[in-house]
This record gives sequence, C-alpha cells and structure tokens, in this order.
Amino acid sequence: MNQSNTKKFVVVVKRDCPTCELIEPALKQLTDQYKNDLIIYVQDDPSFPESIEQKADDTSLEFSYTHNIEIVPTLICSNGDGEVARTFGWDKSEWQRLTGIDSLGESLTDFKPGCGSKTQDPGMEEQLIARFEKNLLSSRSIELAESEDEMESCFDRGWSDGLPVIPPTAIRVIRMLKQTSRSPDEIIGKIPPNKVSCTVEKVAINAVLAGCKPEYFPVVLASVEAALQDEFCMHGLLCTTYFSSPVMIVNGPITKEIGMNSGINALGQGNRASATIGRALQLLIRNVGGGIPGGIDRATMGNPGKYTFCFAEDESDDGWATLAQDRGFTRLDSIISLFPGEGLQPIVDQKSRTAASLAKSIAKSLQTVVNAKLYGAADAILVVSPEHRRVIRESGWTKENFREALSENLTIPASDLIIGAQGISEGMPEVFKDQVVNKFRDDGLHIASTGAKAGMFSAIISGWVARGEKGGQLVSQKI
Amino acid sequence: MQNTVMLDPTAELKPTERQVLPRLDTLSGATVGLLDISKPRGKEFLDEIEQHLISLGANVKRYMKPTFARVAPQELNQKISVECDAVIEGLAD
Repeated sequence: MNQSNTKKFVVVVKRDCPTCELIEPALKQLTDQYKNDLIIYVQDDPSFPESIEQKADDTSLEFSYTHNIEIVPTLICSNGDGEVARTFGWDKSEWQRLTGIDSLGESLTDFKPGCGSKTQDPGMEEQLIARFEKNLLSSRSIELAESEDEMESCFDRGWSDGLPVIPPTAIRVIRMLKQTSRSPDEIIGKIPPNKVSCTVEKVAINAVLAGCKPEYFPVVLASVEAALQDEFCMHGLLCTTYFSSPVMIVNGPITKEIGMNSGINALGQGNRASATIGRALQLLIRNVGGGIPGGIDRATMGNPGKYTFCFAEDESDDGWATLAQDRGFTRLDSIISLFPGEGLQPIVDQKSRTAASLAKSIAKSLQTVVNAKLYGAADAILVVSPEHRRVIRESGWTKENFREALSENLTIPASDLIIGAQGISEGMPEVFKDQVVNKFRDDGLHIASTGAKAGMFSAIISGWVARGEKGGQLVSQKI
Repeated sequence: MQNTVMLDPTAELKPTERQVLPRLDTLSGATVGLLDISKPRGKEFLDEIEQHLISLGANVKRYMKPTFARVAPQELNQKISVECDAVIEGLAD
C-alpha cells in the first residue's frame, strides 16, 4: 500500500470548550472510521473525551504550539507529504468534506464557533517560547538551588546597584524582547568600559533587572544607542572622578504612551517608567560593561542620579520649543537625549513678573555652575518650571528670546574671575584677564521644561567638566 | 516546585590573560615613552621623570593623549608600541 496516499487526521480539543464537548459523538465516529490514522490531542484534561480511548496528552501544549493551533477544536488533514487542510470550530459540512464521512455529526447543529486554544491564554505565549524555542536566547542559564532566595541571589552575584532587582527569568526577558523587531542576537554596540559587544538580549535582561515594563524597552534600547554615540563619551563619564553620569530627557508621544511623568515631582520618585529606564542603562554598564564603583568607576563622591536620572519634558505649551525641537526633531518624534550631568541646583524666583527680570535672576544662579569663578568649564541644562515658563511667555518671549537674554547676562569681563582674584586661588587662567567671557561654550546651555503647575522654582542640572570634544556632551537619539 | 532559572545579565567573559612583557634588564640604550594624558601639570611631572631616565642612559620619547577624558586613539597606542621598549603614563593631576 502506498503510504503517501493515506489520509491522516489530527484533532486538537480541550474539555473547557463547549464546542469540543458538543462534537464528542463526531469524534467517536472519526475514531471508529480512521482508528490509527487519527490522533486526538487534548490540551487540558487527558481523560477527555471519555468515550474515546485513543487520545494523546498535549497538556504540555508542545503539539499545539508547534502546529500553530489558535482555536479548538481544530481538525488537521494530512497525507504523507504533510498537512493539506485544516478547519477550526465546528462547521459540519467542512468536517464532512475533509474527512470524507458524509454522515459525520449528522445529529449535531450545522455550525458552532470554537474556543481559544490554551496556547492563546494571556501570558502563555512567552512561556511556550521559553519552553520550545531553545535556540532563541543565548545567555547562560543559572538554575538556583531550592534553598536559594531569588532576590538575594541577584545581590550575591553582583548584579545589583544596591537596590533589589527583578530576577531575569527567560519568560520576563522574552516579554521584553517582544517589544522590538530586532533580533535577540543583534549586536547593539560595545559597552564601556570593557568594550564588550552587547546583544539586544543582554539589554533586555538588564531592563528586566531594572524593573522595566516591556513597553519601555524601545526607550531603553534608544538610551543605550545614545550612550554609545562617540560624542557622549560614556567610557570617560563612567571612569571620571567627577560626579556626573547619564541624565536622560525623553520627548514626544512615547512619554504619554508609557506613562512617564512630566508633572508634579517629575524629577523625583514614584514613576516606574522614569525610574526604571534610567536604571536599566546604569545596570547594563555595570553588568555588561564592567563599570563597577570603586573599580573602573573612580567617582570621588558620585551622585544619587547614578541609580537613575530620567524624566519627561512637559510639552503642553505649543509655543515653547521642546528640547527635542532644539535638537532638530519635531513634536511627533519620540526622542531620548542623554546629558553627562548631575544635580539639581534649585533656583528660587517668586518675584519676577517679566521675562527680562527672570532671565537676569536665573543667569545669576547659572553663574555658580561648577564654580562662580570658572567660565566655559561645564555645560548645563536649565530646567524651567511651568510657572517660570508662563512668566516668560506672558512677556511675549519665546524660548529663543529667553536663551539670548540669558546669554547676554552670562557674558562678563573676566578680570574678576582670574586665578587669585577676589582672594580665591581658583579661577580662570591669567590669559583671560582682559577678555569678555561667557559662562557657557556655544551650545553648552540647554533648556528643558517640566514639573508641576505650582511653584516658581527652576533648576540647574550641572554638567561634566570634561565637556564638548574633550569629553562628553548632550546627544539625542530617535526611539 | 521547579527551581528558578535566571539568565545571566553579565558579559559572561573571562578576563583576557595577557602575558606581561619581560622586565628590561637595563635602561641603558632602551627607549622609554612618556605618555602625557593631558591632565594639568602632567608635563612638569613627566619633565622630571625624563631627566631621571636620561641620567640612567635611556632614550626618551614624549607622547600626548588629545584629552584625558577619552581612551587613547588606537594609532597612538600602536605608535608607542612600535617606537618604545617601555612606557610610563602620567596618570593624574
């Protein structure tokens, strides 16, 4: 007999499906007719259907997953060359046609839709990928002993920044990876300080550790790409004795989509997206790059932002350019910008009612960045509060007008800034004595806006003293 | 209950073991590179070192990183490795 011409059938069912229960008589008919050429896979209860002895246990869902079963019941018809047809749910005439049994399920209703396969249960897909796609992930698996506490074991292995991390199980990592079209084994770049080639998978593992929800993952990936831009100088920033570390500012529709906070306490605690996106990059540099405090990280004091420093800009004022717009993008682009910085230094001004007064007032505070006697030494971000922004806008000024006014007020003769001047040894080299200097180099002062509607306070995020081409500077990356 | 299985978040690398070059038997006639990393006062410090090395019979070549905040360009590393028998890096302020 020519085997390749023999029709074979597979039916996939589950007890928790009224349609599957309904068609039990038809399944019995099929079994009687096709005997060994029919296999009935059961997803939930291997004793179902009771009237049929010959059935296969698919509670592992291996068959269902590997054969893309989405609905039960599903009838698959094959010959020696493989599958030739399938139908799902109960469509009597279709089942009769495929099986060649004209009387199949004669007493049953003509049509009844099926139910979702167990492979489609919420959260099941990642479990099945982890179980059956053995080659998808390439990172080393570490099985904990029964007595090991999973949270403590992450600390013990040195994966933490000092706060608890989420244990990076395969299922959690797969959920993260599903948020990108990039392959897990794609190399995203070399992570400093050890210059280690880093895969998308390793970024995902560290995003899990940091506590990210999967929907944050595109932002995390973009933050890594930003950090790897040569202009940012992540290597030097990690190694420096200075305070600075990456400060992240996120712009565009993504901030709303993932629920970042650009209102009350925007730079503070309490928002999962901001907190964990900033933390993910830090953990990646620690775990993949080898940037361990006291090892290659030589910071004299460091700063609390080295746990995480990430916020979204308030984009509610259409007449006020966002940081991303300043960088050449549009409001429709989702952008992450990284700045080598630390801070905050508050600026209180509750009296100014004109933009001109506020510019003078804020410039006074900006003069103290790094040291009141050092000009051009570091970049900075001025974070303007909504109330200060309102004062500026009510004077009819744009952000550009305000920036120009700041620059004018930050340009002074250097005579009082020279080394030794005002009885202070620190200061500008003698060569500047007769020059007029600006506090910031060109493109060294950035302006962002965020925070609650109440409070006439702005803030300075001071930058790394190795600024510009000699070190790092603000970089932006499309998400 | 199944034990927790986690994926390793680290680079999973063993540090590369690099063999240390043999110590120079003598500085006499050897070429020693002095690398200034562009930190303030590095030049003054290395000037002193240079005088000591010359008095011991060494030839001295001076090099400079463009900025201390960035790793040395590969070309500079290669140049030093080709031109010198040993190198001293002036590391801090």
